[in-house]
Formats: sequence, structure tokens, C-alpha cells
Amino acid sequence: MTAKTIDRSRDLSQSLDKLSADERMKAASDYLRGTIAHGLLDRITGAMPSAGDVKLMKFQGIYQQDDRDLRDERRRQKLEPAYQFMIRVRMPGGVCTPEQWLKLDGLARQHGSQTLRVTTRQTFQFHWVLKDSLRPIIQGLHEVLLDTVAACGDDSRGVMCTVNPESSLFHAQIAALAKQVSDHVIPKTRAYHEIWYGAERIASSGPEEPFYGRTYMPRKFKIGFALPPSNDIDVFAQDVGFIAIGDANGLQGFNVAIGGGMGRTDNAPETYPRLASVIGFIPADKVFACADAAMTVQRDYGDRKDRMHARFKYTIDDKGLDWIKAEIERHMGSKFEAERPYEFTSNGDVFGWVETPDGRHHLTLFVENGRLDLAWLDTLRDVARIHTGKFRMTANQNVIIADVEADDRAAIDAVLESHGKAPGHVSALRRNSIACVALPTCGLAMAESERYLPTLIDKLEPILANHGLAEEPITIRMSGCPNGCSRPYIGEIALTGRAPGKYNLYLGGGFRGERLNRMVLENAGESAILETLDEVLGRYAKEREPGEHFGDFTIRAGIVREVTEGRFFND
Amino acid sequence: MTMTDPPGQAFTLEQWRLIEQLSQSLGSVQARWLSGYFAGFDAGLRQALPQTASFPEAVAAAATAPAARKLTILYGTETGNSAQIAKDLAKAAEAAGLTPKVADMADYKQRELGQEQDLLVVVSTHGDGDPPQPATAFFEFVEGRKAPKLPDVRFAVLALGDTSYEFFCQGGKRLDKRLEELGAQRLIDCVECDVDYEENAESWVDAIVAKLGAEMSAPAVAASVAPVEALSAATAGAHDKRNPFPATVIENIPIVGRGSSKETRHIEFSLAGSGLTYEPGDALGIAASNDPATVAALLDALGLSPDATFDLKGQMVAIGEALTHRFEITAVVPRFLDYWAMLSEASALKQLLDEEHAGERAVFLRTHHIIDVVRRFPVKDVMPQGFVSALRPLQPRLYSIASSLAAMPEEAHLTVSPVRYELHGEARSGVVSGMLADRVAPDATLPVYVQSNPHFRLPGDDAPIIMIGAGTGVAPYRAFMQEREARGSTGRSWLFFGERNFRTDFLYQTEWQSWLKDSTLTRMDVAFSRDRTEKVYVQHRLKEQGRDLFAWLEEGAHVYVCGDASNLAPDVHTALIDIVAEQARIGREAAEDYVRSLQADHRYQRDVY
Repeated sequence: MTAKTIDRSRDLSQSLDKLSADERMKAASDYLRGTIAHGLLDRITGAMPSAGDVKLMKFQGIYQQDDRDLRDERRRQKLEPAYQFMIRVRMPGGVCTPEQWLKLDGLARQHGSQTLRVTTRQTFQFHWVLKDSLRPIIQGLHEVLLDTVAACGDDSRGVMCTVNPESSLFHAQIAALAKQVSDHVIPKTRAYHEIWYGAERIASSGPEEPFYGRTYMPRKFKIGFALPPSNDIDVFAQDVGFIAIGDANGLQGFNVAIGGGMGRTDNAPETYPRLASVIGFIPADKVFACADAAMTVQRDYGDRKDRMHARFKYTIDDKGLDWIKAEIERHMGSKFEAERPYEFTSNGDVFGWVETPDGRHHLTLFVENGRLDLAWLDTLRDVARIHTGKFRMTANQNVIIADVEADDRAAIDAVLESHGKAPGHVSALRRNSIACVALPTCGLAMAESERYLPTLIDKLEPILANHGLAEEPITIRMSGCPNGCSRPYIGEIALTGRAPGKYNLYLGGGFRGERLNRMVLENAGESAILETLDEVLGRYAKEREPGEHFGDFTIRAGIVREVTEGRFFND
Repeated sequence: MTMTDPPGQAFTLEQWRLIEQLSQSLGSVQARWLSGYFAGFDAGLRQALPQTASFPEAVAAAATAPAARKLTILYGTETGNSAQIAKDLAKAAEAAGLTPKVADMADYKQRELGQEQDLLVVVSTHGDGDPPQPATAFFEFVEGRKAPKLPDVRFAVLALGDTSYEFFCQGGKRLDKRLEELGAQRLIDCVECDVDYEENAESWVDAIVAKLGAEMSAPAVAASVAPVEALSAATAGAHDKRNPFPATVIENIPIVGRGSSKETRHIEFSLAGSGLTYEPGDALGIAASNDPATVAALLDALGLSPDATFDLKGQMVAIGEALTHRFEITAVVPRFLDYWAMLSEASALKQLLDEEHAGERAVFLRTHHIIDVVRRFPVKDVMPQGFVSALRPLQPRLYSIASSLAAMPEEAHLTVSPVRYELHGEARSGVVSGMLADRVAPDATLPVYVQSNPHFRLPGDDAPIIMIGAGTGVAPYRAFMQEREARGSTGRSWLFFGERNFRTDFLYQTEWQSWLKDSTLTRMDVAFSRDRTEKVYVQHRLKEQGRDLFAWLEEGAHVYVCGDASNLAPDVHTALIDIVAEQARIGREAAEDYVRSLQADHRYQRDVY
């Protein structure tokens, strides 16, 4: 294929008037400034008065939301919706220091309704934040060198990195790399400093956004680093995934996977989740060049007319994987080497204390759906006060107290014990569950997720026990909408919300994050879901082969047809 | 009224004898009714027999015959009671053949004072013995050095007040004393009225009309000169304070969000079929009834059965019914304190009656309800009749109307924040606000009437307005905005609103937002006092916007203040003076003059409580 045959009618090469309204909005925003600073002063509304600013703030890690539980009540009270904001922190690799933890904790207590949420991209979200509290939070984060740049928006989002202690051989090195890549790919505009820190606008000699330009990316762009054998970050769900390859001599480089992404839309078969395709190997020193090259190709060729079709995965499927690979190589200035062998064993977390070869200890705590309520905040604040290592957030929304010296283990156990948070028994299904936030704060949710999944699991546990599957690890993921924050289309069991109490049920995802699932029930209520799962799990218990995972079984048994590629997801 | 000579050709002697005979047996109400009756008769005659012109002409000649002294009825009012009495007085005076002119102190041209002859004054008292706000300038003039000597003037004052305030009827007393100082001659002694002013006011009206009427040399035949309005007022059964309309509650919801420290409610009444109309700025009066639980508790403390009957002005009524619907049974007034001190012979109470214990008395009155006194100083065998004689009649409560008929035909909306507090370990609620919050569901009916508030009125459609309000004080501005939207007014408008918390207490938030969007409302500034550690009130926002605010004033803006009388009104007043002084770069006195002239021009109007 030659460049001549490539369709350029929907990309950056076109004039703005031919592209989507969002492209024009970005271009007119003066590099993400918009009128945000002005809107923050509006005392008549708790929202941002300009719809454009609401979108621009996402580039700065801030989502405008409202308490959906109160919408009707407040409308009758002649009050506007209970507007509030979600602030997502940029925390590359999901690592933070105890000092940072204490700051996050304090800000959440003061401005965030005494709760923090660990996310599926290893960071924190503040919820229930009022407009007047935005600056105090962002300035507070700045005091401990944290920010919220590009935590959302059409840009490169927070960079992920495996935190599973069993993969710790290169953890420190790759976590540092994740941080460097994140700092490298985020927007460079000074808008953030001006709006949130009150910095003066200074004239600059060079372009404000040397890489992005005025219109940034066509859509979000996600980068992650996985360290086999753990695929805890779901590397195949990233736009660009780097799979670390190393041996006793150290880190050699990375297999590169491109084109992952979860988002889809119900009743729009042209949209689909896609798992990233491994296109070859690069030496470690090519990571920046490779990330830049992949982002350049997507920046230049991604669809800017239709946001539903703008992710890298569609660009790849439209232009062809080989052509995209060649373009990346051209920008990178070198060829990919042949893919190196690697093996993933799971995309879940390993709980409890783990000792690594460096003699350090790591405790992974199960935090259901990542929700740090006041009891958890109190507990972990006390841990942070004595902890000398780091905290790591997992992509499964759990918390690791990492890098603990052997002598300090007892003290940490004692703190957990004193708060009643010592690790107890949690069922294998619950340990492998992920729910997104959904109602009442997320504006996209069509059904409950975080508030409902624990209840659904309560009802599944006796079914599993009945089939003798209580200790069988099975991944279950729930999202309140089809966009896929909980990466549902990889779950062995998955549910996406359609309406209050109604979900699509999917089966057949890969336990190692290597295979998409397929829908088996559409728009179903709880009883139909439980009935179907009871039947399929019953067959699994009876017919499975030794060591066979539930997702693999449903394919082999012919219960669901395997989805071999994203574009066949809706077939 | 005495009548001597028959008025020439107007009546036959036989007719005149009948009139004389009848008039001697008439009470004042009957006379007023008859005046309306004959006015209507006159109108009917003129319609039926247009050719018989001699009758009214003759009467007119008779009416102008006596060399009457000029009679002016001057009233100062904030809630409209004085205005109502002044109008009643005028009708009675006209019925007696007098030709009174009625004037509001707010509009009265001060230089005319020296030319007055008979001056009848009806004025109320507010706050610490202050005159009604619209009458402030008149008081300043009369009590000031520029007031003319009034040797040829005769006067009488009716003072309205509330005995639960320390400076009872002070406004009226001040004028009564001052007019005498200026050399005027008192016609009859000043009469002081409590909140149940009707009877006292009526006897004062009768007394003064009788006195002036008796001086009339000519036997003016009142009936035929009475204005035709008297007929409609007397016969149409219009709803007013004495004859309230049972309005159906069509909405009653809290309009503060969850977690609010307030309970502010939005209440909608249907006025359909009432014939009631109002203008933006007017108030709705609601006839009160006491909480049945409070009545029961009081009867229990008194040891009285609710069914015990007694004679109340010639009618046998049950005490339970009387305490529920007829009398104030919460706040203690001095009259009750006197009565209970006498009855209980409690030295602690008697002591409070001494003049030197006035301070303690004030504290006691503030911290005790009637039931607390009854419980603390028990008395056996209380007689219902004696007990109620120490009580004040239950008064209706007034609420600024939060709607405009132009936008909400046949409806009146109110914004009500229930008064709640604790005394002696018991939760207490305001009589009507508590009733509205706790005991009035949609479809219930409550007796209501419209209380005109002529000193809180929108200016012309093109004049800019600045509306300043806190809490439920924002109610009339909702009426203003509805009215201006319905009329398509072009004048700019600016609202300053204050409450406690943005999230929960932004009353009518979505409505202001949509008026801002369509430019019915030009600007809005808000102050929420409890969102941050440092308290911010509307006067702070006024000062922040001082430059623009002064520019608006210079461009003819009308300023409105509605809400709390003890803090908001004086703080806003001071802020306005500060702003004028600063922006106009003039001294404080000049700034005060500037603000005073705004008041005199009716461009600075207040509705505070």
C-alpha cells in the first residue's frame, strides 16, 4: 500500500470547517485557556457557564458532574443540579510517596467529601468537589509535585506501569520510565499554570505546543508498560502498550502493541472494543521515539470528523496495521525487530505480603472498587505517617504498601489491625472484580456500577459455592455505560449498563487479558443474569479441564464464539 | 350628627323629618351603608331618568354651602393599616358632609403644612419607636428647625403600634407632641392602638368625625354626596382583612436543598374566584391559627377544659376554639404580665412591673411564652374570660408576594422561612410560618387578603432598578422579574441576593439564571455568608460594585431593600451612603443628603421586617 491510496478526507490535513465542532473548539481555545479563569469567578452557578470550557477542563484533569440522585429533587426546588467536579490526578505508574499520600488525604478530607477513588488507570480521583475548591486542590497537589494535566482530554493520558510485586525485577526502572514518558507526552501549554496556579502569562518565543499543535489529538491516547508475567495493567487495552522483555542481564527492550481500546456505543456496530496488536520489538532506548512516532501517526491520520471513530484503533483498522507500522517506523527512524517471546499469567492482583529478591516487602490490600471511604482514609493515613517506602495503586483499583523493610512489617500490620483493616477472607470472584464509578456522579452512566456490583457478587457467591467454585479466580467487570472504564470487554464475566437495572452480559474474555468477550444477553435484568451465570458456571464446574479458566472454557465449550479481532466483536 | 334646618328645595318637610328621625337612630356603619345605598340610588336614577337634572345639582349646591375649614387626613404607613384607617376616616368624614383630602406622608408636599387648617394624622410605629420608613422625610421635616409655626392649625393623632415593643406608638406620640409645640391646637387626645387597632381606631374616627361634623353649620345631607365607591365597598363583598378569602394551597414545598440550615418554602395559593388582585410589591395577609398542640398544652397548664365556654363580646365561645383562632397565645405582652402578676401574686413577677426593672422585664418578655409563665407561676381556677382579656387578638401575618399576576394569573406565591427556636427545652415555631411548614398540605384552604404596599412599587418600564434582598427578602423581586418579563420592560435590573450557603440556599436559582440568560435580569451578585470562614453579606457585594452601582444611581436607578430590618436594612443603608461618598467624592453629610433625596423621590424603597 502506498500513501497515495490513503484517505486523508477526515484528518488533520483538512481545514477546520470540514472537521468536527470539537476540533474548532480546541483550535479556538488559545491552547486550552478558553474562558475557564473567567468562568471560575461566576458565582451564579456551581457549573462552568461555558460548555466549551467544560470540555477544555478535561484536558486539565477535571470533569464537571452533578449528583444525579438529586437531579429531580433540585429541579422541583428551583435549584440548579448539584454541580460538582471530579478531579483526576496524574500519577504515572501509580506510584506515590507517603508525603504525597498525606496531602491527597488532607485535600480529600477538606474538599473532597472525605473520599478518594483509586482508578483503573492507577491514579486517584477526588469526587464531590465544588467549584471554589478546584484551585485549593490543584494548588495543594502542586505543593507535593503532583498535577492533573492531561488526566482526561484529547491528549496522552496518564501512563500506566505494572505494580505487581511479583514482577518487581525491573519495576523501579520502568516506573521511572513511565514517569519520564508521561512528562514527555503531556501538553506543554502554560494555560494550566495560569489558570490554576495564578501564574502570569509569559510571551514565549517558540510554539506553545510543539507536538500537539492547536487541535491536540483526535481523541484520548493511552500508553502503558507491562512487566510479564503480570498483565495487571491490561496492556492490550492501551493505544500503545510496551511489554518489557528482560533477563538476568537486565532490561532488553519492549514488545510494542498498538491499537487497544475499550470504548464502544450500543446499537452502533461500527464501534467496537479492540485489543492491541503486537507489531514487534524495540530496544529500551527507543521508547520515546516509538511513543512519539505512534502518537504522530494518530495525530496526523486519526479521524477528526467523527469522535466515535477517532481512536487509534479505528485509524489502524482503516489504514491497515502494516501501513501504520511502516509509518511509525518511518517517524521512529528505525525498524521494529521481531516480537520476543513473553508470557502473561493473569491481569489480576496478588494479595497479601510478598517479598521481592531485593529483600523488600509489599502488601497488596483489597479495596473494593477502589473506594477509599473515611475508614480507609483513616487507616492509610496512619500507615502513611510511619511508612518509609512508596504506595502503589494497581490497575485493578487496589492499594499496595510497597518497599517495606522487613523490620517495619509488624508496625504496618499493627496499624491495619487497629483499624480493623487487616486483610481478611475475600472471595476469589470479588478479588477479581472491577467496577467503574457510575452513579451518582458520572454523567455518562446509564446504570449503577460501583454501588451495585458488590451486591451482585453477594448473590453470585452462593452460586459459585454451590458449584464448588468459591476459590476459583474469575474476573468480573462492570461499567455503567458502554465506554468501558472498567475494561469490561476483557472480563471473563462482564456487564455494561443500558438502563437502571438493565445490563448487557458478556462472557468469554481472557483471564490474562488476551481475549475479548462477547455479548450473550442484551438489556437483561438481574434474575436473567443470575440464571444464565448459574447455568454456565454449573457446566464449567462439571466440564472444565484441569487449570482451565472460565473464559477459556466458555469458548471451548461453544457457549460463546471467540472474538478473534475487535472488528468482529459485533458479528 | 345634628341637623337643624331643612335644605331648602332639596327635600320636602316630610322627607326631612323622616331623615332626621332615621339619622338619630343610625350607628356609623349603618350611616356608611346608607350613604352607599343612596349613592347607588342616585346613579340608578340618573341612568333611568337622564332628564331630571335638578336633583343632583341641588344637592351639590347644598353641599358647598357651609364655609368648611380645610380638612387634611395625613397618614404614614408601612404595612397599609394607617392608609386603610385614613380611607375609612375620609369616608366617614364625607358622610358627615366634610370634604377631606387624604395624603400619604411619603408624597406630602411639606410646604403645604403651614396652610393646613384641620389636620388628622394616622401613623404607625416601627422598630425602636421609628416612624414608618416612607414617612421618614416627613418626620425629619416636622421635627426639624424648618417646620413652620402652626397657630391656625387644629389636629388629632391616631397612633398605631404594638405593645410588645418598648417604644409603643412612639411615632404617633412624637407627632402629637411636636404639632402642639408648633402652636397647633389639639382637637382630641392622641389615641394609641395596639395590633388589634380596629375598635380603638373606629371610636377615634367616630369621635373626630362627630366633633368636626357638629361644627358644620349647614345640615349637609351626607347620603347624596357620598362617593359611589362607598357603594361597591359596602355591597360587593370584596375580600379584605376583615373578610379574608379562603384560598386553596396549590403548592407547598421546601426550596432549599438537602443539608440546608434553613427550611425555606415556596407556597402557592389559588386566588381563583376571589376577585383579589395585587401589584408586585404587595403582601398577602394570612389569618393565623395557633398550633393545636400549643393550645392543648396551654389549656393543660391552665387546668381548663377546651370545651369550657365563656362570654366573649356577647357570644358564648369555647376556650379551646378561642385560643386556637382568636388570640395570640405565645409571646407575652405587658398586659398579660400585669394580669398574671396580679393573679399569681408571685413576687418575682410583681417585681418586674417596677419601672426600675424595665431591663429585666424586657429580658423576661423575650425569654418566656405565655405557657412558660403559666407553668412557672401556676394559678388555680383561672377564669377563661379573665384570661383572654389579658391576651391580644390573633393577628394575621403578612408575607411579600413572590409572584406577579401578569405571569401567574389568579395565583399568589409566597416564600416563607419558618421561625424556629428553642425556649425552656421546647421547640417553638412561628404561628403562621410554623403552620405553613408543618400543618398545611396542598388543597388546604387558608383565609387570605391582599395588603397593598404602595411604597414598594416598580418604576416605569424603562427605569433601571437595583434590588437588594437577603433570604426570603428576595420574594418581591421574583414578582418584579415576572412582571417585567411579562410586560417586556426595557429597564435594566440588578439583583443583590444574600443567604447562608450557595449549594442549598440559592432561592429560585434556576429562575434567576434564566432571567439572566434572556436579559430580563441584567446583573446579579450573590453573597453566601456561611460558605467560607469569613462572612460575606450583600453590603460587601454592594461595596465591591460601588462604582457601577453609583453609575446606575446617577442614571436614575430605583433601589429596593427587602428583608431583615435589624441588620440588613441599616447595613445596606450605610453601604449606600459609603458608596455615594466614595464614588461622588463628597463628604458624609452630602452623601446622606443624596440618599435622603433618593428616598424623597421614592427611588429608595424598603420593605423590611
